[in-house]
Amino acid sequence: MSKWVLKGLQTGIKTTSYPGREELASGVSPGLPGGKKEPGDEALPVISRCPTHSLRQAEQQILLDYRRCIHCFRCVRGVQGALDWNSGYEWAGSIRTNDDTTPKLGKAFGRSLNILFVDGGACGACLSELEQINKPFYNIHRLGFFITPTPREADILLVAGPVTDHMEFSVQKAFAAMPTPKRVLAVGACALSGGIFGTSFASAGGVPKLIRVDVGVPGCPPPPLAIIHGLLLAVSRKPPASLTFSGSVDGRKNS
Amino acid sequence: MERLLHDTVSLNNLSEEIALRWPEQVRVNPDLQNGLCRMECEASVLTEVCSWLFSKMGYSFASLIVEEEPAEFSLRYIFYGDLENGQVHILYRILKTKATVPSISHFVHAADWHEREAEDLFGLVFEDHPRLGDFVLHEEWPEGVNPMRTDFDASKLYVHREVNPYWRPVRIVQAPGAFMMPIGPIYSDFAESAHFLLETVGEDVIRTIPRFFYKYRGVEKIAEGRTIDEVLLLAERFSGTSAFAHSLAFCQAVEEISRVEVPPRAGALRIFLAELERLRHHIASIAGICGSTALAVATSQASILEEELLRLCCALTGHRYLFGLNTPGGVVMDFSNEALRKLEDTIQGLFKKLEELKKMLSFSSSFLDRLEEVGTVSLESGVSYGLVGPIARASGITRDLRRVLPYSGYEKVEFIIPCEQEGDGYARLRILFSEAKQSANIISQVASSLPPGPILPPPFAVPRGAALGWAEAPKGATFHWVRTAEDGRVVRYRVTPPSFTNWHGFHLAAEDFAFQDFPIIMATFGLSNAESDR
Repeated sequence: MSKWVLKGLQTGIKTTSYPGREELASGVSPGLPGGKKEPGDEALPVISRCPTHSLRQAEQQILLDYRRCIHCFRCVRGVQGALDWNSGYEWAGSIRTNDDTTPKLGKAFGRSLNILFVDGGACGACLSELEQINKPFYNIHRLGFFITPTPREADILLVAGPVTDHMEFSVQKAFAAMPTPKRVLAVGACALSGGIFGTSFASAGGVPKLIRVDVGVPGCPPPPLAIIHGLLLAVSRKPPASLTFSGSVDGRKNS
Repeated sequence: MERLLHDTVSLNNLSEEIALRWPEQVRVNPDLQNGLCRMECEASVLTEVCSWLFSKMGYSFASLIVEEEPAEFSLRYIFYGDLENGQVHILYRILKTKATVPSISHFVHAADWHEREAEDLFGLVFEDHPRLGDFVLHEEWPEGVNPMRTDFDASKLYVHREVNPYWRPVRIVQAPGAFMMPIGPIYSDFAESAHFLLETVGEDVIRTIPRFFYKYRGVEKIAEGRTIDEVLLLAERFSGTSAFAHSLAFCQAVEEISRVEVPPRAGALRIFLAELERLRHHIASIAGICGSTALAVATSQASILEEELLRLCCALTGHRYLFGLNTPGGVVMDFSNEALRKLEDTIQGLFKKLEELKKMLSFSSSFLDRLEEVGTVSLESGVSYGLVGPIARASGITRDLRRVLPYSGYEKVEFIIPCEQEGDGYARLRILFSEAKQSANIISQVASSLPPGPILPPPFAVPRGAALGWAEAPKGATFHWVRTAEDGRVVRYRVTPPSFTNWHGFHLAAEDFAFQDFPIIMATFGLSNAESDR
């Protein structure tokens, strides 16, 4: 067994220094489309290429509903007037509304948070990225975040996938079984808006259709750092992203 | 395997042989140019012909494709053999008023789940099938509502049926102290939604009854009426960890319908990216297996390689899981030869670390103890269940679509198909390592011999037609059947993913084992419910 210990020591620390410092390694995030100011005549063809209708034109700029973007790159590749591309990964947004009176997660949860994951029909990419947050490069244990298999211990319900018809009951039951205070985190375009699967006989079209969602992490799939940002946001250790997030139906850019 | 392969069979004499055996009942229409033999078969001999192909001629069962026409159903049974044997498509038509189909799954057990699925989704009745009923659709679905039928409105939620709260699963094991242990659909860390009933007498599990389709998103139904570009997104996103392979199979079906040649450079890039995906997938599976035995350092080592590959993919293509690259006709992005060679260099470096890990694992007795003789699948059951991919190759079945039905230029690439005989967890792990090695080799070969030229053909329209596309996905053979209408929209899309095929055989491995081996058997199978459930 000693050879494994030695091997581990030889490898050294691989873990990112985020959230302390920004992660600068290449390939940690696929980025997101950034909208466009004064797009002119080229706007319409770009907007019509979006398969999930996440783009729209308003007051001389193209706005993007981040909850719907599925990273198909059709607004940037092979098109005139391509949208700007934002790198970065601090994408999580708060979707709480002001009239919310449910108990808040107190300060004690900041460094001791138990997460219950429920798979509402995620495609595997979100799952794989979620697995990464538990692995050496991201390692959420150092932040005081833990995965739990039981709702009774959970403070945060993390859901990925559009919530299939067969999982609807399980998601609701898991949420109901969690003690208060509790928060819901929707991870990925599918969990936020149904994504490419939309609303149909087989899927609900996102977690917000079933239960109140507090934090949303857009992306298809959201990279591990974006998911960590979402968790940090849920315990108020990070401010929300400056992306358009509508509980906010009007979709104004917050920044 | 030798046992099964008929020495004299080839596509040429297959049609003659069939014409001799069933002169009246089967109309044969060989299409040798495409390595394909189409035939239309009468109900009376359907079972006979299928079982003859499967058990005597050594063909593998690929898929059952049901299509609804105004007055009848057409059922297409697809078989494939080795290189010289090509594919066999058996068409069987049945009037809607009749709707009782002879079941072939008594003889072609691989078709079992396909028939159950067709029963659930189309309302077809398969005569003498031992186990029809709740499969894709769970108990809250009313009887007689079949979502794949054309008159079903896919946009609306259906009304759930009241479920009997006192329903309990049927217990087979009757022994003192025997009980049923339910696992799922929500369980452990980031496990996918699936349900397993373990029949146990305490420590030993006698058998496992899995229940899937919790993640059924109706991909095949919601694809209907959409454009090719929209369905491509579905093909890519129903199983994110093998997105490239599935989008490749879909694109190849569309290219076949449109009779479009893929430029050689695009074909080579597709091989490069597909093998990159396979390499990443296998390393992730290896990490999963190490994780299931709680060997923490090995899990970390494999996970580090996995994340490094994800980052390389993202730096090269813009997406960590290779989304948005395939398009009918070719690929949307070209890469400089230099960039690919540089990447290839890095991959060889990663591969060396992987070899080192393999060596260390093969000397860790505590790790091997957990894998050896755990979850064994025999060659016979593997063949009868039609298993595919690394799981099949660990049980001695070497059929690989890259070799037997070469696509995208794989016939020009040199590689070997690794094969093990034991069929246990350790054999499956060794296969993953050997395949990763082959993928790294293929990546080197392609990177050093990329043909120049365009990556897309001239723009083309998709006419009316139907075709089968296939690819060897990381988890095994995948088949995508696409039918288009005059306007180029998809009217029928049928995916047969490898996880669907292999979950069918999962219970073979999960029988007579100790409780603590369950996660290990799961991990060595390494299957995806997202891929299986669609």
